[in-house]
Amino acid sequence: MALHTSQSVPKAPGGTPPGGLRRPGGLPAPVRLRRGLATHWYAWAMVAPVVAVIGVIIGYPLVRGVHLSLTDADERNVERSIGVNHLPATYEFVGLDNYADALTGDQFLSTLGWTLMWTVSCVTVTFGLGLALANILNRRIAGRSFYRMLLILPWAVPGFVSVFAWRFLYNEDRGFLNKLLAGGGIDAVPWLNDPTWAKFSVIAVNIWLGVPFMMVALLGGLQSIPGEMYEAAEMDGANAWQRFCHITMPGLRPVSTTVILLSTIWTFNMFPVIFLLTRGGPGEATQILVTQAYKFSFEISPRDFAQSSTWGVLILVLLMAFAAVYRRVLRTQGDTW
Amino acid sequence: MRRGITATALAATLALAATACGSDDEPASGGSAGGELSGTVTWWDTSTVGSEDKVFQRLAEDFEKKHPKVDVKYVNVPFGEAQNKFKNAAQSGSGAPDVIRAEVAWTPEFADLGYLAPLDGTPALKNETDFLAQAAASTEYDGKTYAVPQVIDSMGIFYNKKIFKDAGVEVPTTVAELKTVSKTVKDRTGKTGLYLRGDDAYWFLSFLYGEGGNLVDAGSRTVTVDNAAGVKAMTVVKDLVDSGAAKTDATDGWENMQSSFKDGKVAMMINGPWAVTDTYGGAEFKDKANLGIAPVPAGSVAQGSPQGGHNLAVYAGSKNLDASYAFTEYMTSAESQAKVAEELSLLPTRTSAYTMPGVADNEIVGFFKPVVDKAVERPWIPETGSLFAPLVTEYTKVLTGQTTPEKGVGATGDAYRELLKGWK
Repeated sequence: MALHTSQSVPKAPGGTPPGGLRRPGGLPAPVRLRRGLATHWYAWAMVAPVVAVIGVIIGYPLVRGVHLSLTDADERNVERSIGVNHLPATYEFVGLDNYADALTGDQFLSTLGWTLMWTVSCVTVTFGLGLALANILNRRIAGRSFYRMLLILPWAVPGFVSVFAWRFLYNEDRGFLNKLLAGGGIDAVPWLNDPTWAKFSVIAVNIWLGVPFMMVALLGGLQSIPGEMYEAAEMDGANAWQRFCHITMPGLRPVSTTVILLSTIWTFNMFPVIFLLTRGGPGEATQILVTQAYKFSFEISPRDFAQSSTWGVLILVLLMAFAAVYRRVLRTQGDTW
Repeated sequence: MRRGITATALAATLALAATACGSDDEPASGGSAGGELSGTVTWWDTSTVGSEDKVFQRLAEDFEKKHPKVDVKYVNVPFGEAQNKFKNAAQSGSGAPDVIRAEVAWTPEFADLGYLAPLDGTPALKNETDFLAQAAASTEYDGKTYAVPQVIDSMGIFYNKKIFKDAGVEVPTTVAELKTVSKTVKDRTGKTGLYLRGDDAYWFLSFLYGEGGNLVDAGSRTVTVDNAAGVKAMTVVKDLVDSGAAKTDATDGWENMQSSFKDGKVAMMINGPWAVTDTYGGAEFKDKANLGIAPVPAGSVAQGSPQGGHNLAVYAGSKNLDASYAFTEYMTSAESQAKVAEELSLLPTRTSAYTMPGVADNEIVGFFKPVVDKAVERPWIPETGSLFAPLVTEYTKVLTGQTTPEKGVGATGDAYRELLKGWK
């Protein structure tokens, strides 16, 4: 939200400077700066509050996080003020040690491995299901708007409520799913108690939560594809599969690239599903990077703020790298597709 | 809402930093103006919701009758979250309670972090010699007293007498007997023998003590969880689960344990006095006499269960220390403890309370008192409260077959040595 504002505000007071001024590019820097300030002071004044707010809300925590990741800060050496007692911070700068530890130890890498598997499986299945449902609901079928509404329901319920509901469903002894299976004569499944089943279960819940967004986004994309193209293709003898591959998919491209990017970032950092369903367990079987970073900072003791920040910064770097590569790949592909 | 609070806190922090001044010269909101206590005392209780909390809340409210100008704010924080929640609040200095019910192992940790007010010489500590020595031990840190013992406990094996009668078995006294009893129960009644909590390593301790092991040896500064006894204990619990003698869960262990036992789906569970009132609420225990309690089964070497309990501690940053001291004293007085023991069967920490009517003839208290006397005392070092986090991860991994007992205790030992700098 804030980012949008920051982009639109600088443009707002735009407009060309009054005639007679040369292009600022030709002047030496100090002059250019002074002239820039003199001409656009109003614009700067308008931008200032936004910059300040973003600086406080995003900038400060970010800088603080990076700073902590370069120290050995933990619960015992950070600044504390307890009533009248004020204990100053005594943590020390340790350079890149935390990063070296994280990247050479196997905890980060094994957690990253599962996080990637979790992200890839969630995003592909969610996208596939969303695409299928969007295509079905794009046809003229009876009760279409009713189905659409039903399918958006998981999205309308607050995430933690759905996750808790699923936790009850998954309960090995008293859960609805196992009661249902018992009715069919099937043994109880340890949904959240067996490492492999737990992985399956958390992915299933995340897919259930993610499909409505995919479906709505893709449905919007489908509706923007002109019907004439399908008619023309049909006249030329293209079958349904060919129409899907050569009209629907390319037509959905702008929408799908964006939703895949968003969905990847959201899933990678999908804290509530993991935390509320399994807390990363059994053992550490479903621990993803963000839940582990949370654990360092809030669950173990003494709470390790430095390591938690290190993982946080690494997550940020990974996601930024992914977004950059993804954009680049799409740009190069865009020419040939 | 939460973001709002963070932003406000952040703004406040920045404002504070900007003025480079943190002096707090607002007048104390409470205190003993003219000898009479006033103001607000916020108390974080961690007792079980639905059974224990009502009694504690009523008791806390009675304090207001004695001191009409004091407003006691009762807040029930789930036991599993309270440790971290208090540390968060105490560190930032905002939102922390005045008085917290701290588990015995948390007390030295909070004290070490500087979050607790020393209570020596304050009205909070009254008639100190009356406290059981074991209970008082956990309240002392670095030569000072930081808390007042409220209740003391240990663990025993809870069994459903009706199921035992149906299966024709006796209470097991050793782990080996536990296995055969479980098998007989399964064969004759179709019910599972034991529910073993797999998501909380506290339930592992009696098995560890039974094999002669311990988590650490504070005297010689040695980590002992990964010695032969530790491996044996892990093997024992894994075998109980693998052989079907016990069932377990990696999530929702408390709820599942209580409901399976209360509904008569399992014949036994290992638990402490804190579970008694909740258990009586179950369908199987409408007739309270159906609940049997016995000492935890012995291992191959010894028999023992951990000594636990709760203390009341005062937050060092409390704005209303005087009323908080008085509240702490009131809640830990022999009369209050006797009331709690009578209604909830929780064990008093004051010797004098045991002779009071309602306590002296309480069957559960009568059973647990000798157990507590013999219970294994944990080392009261600041890190005691930190020992469970690494252990529970590995314990669950062992029970769910993700690692072997050897590797499980090995990884726990490594984590302990990192935590306890310089220990063997």
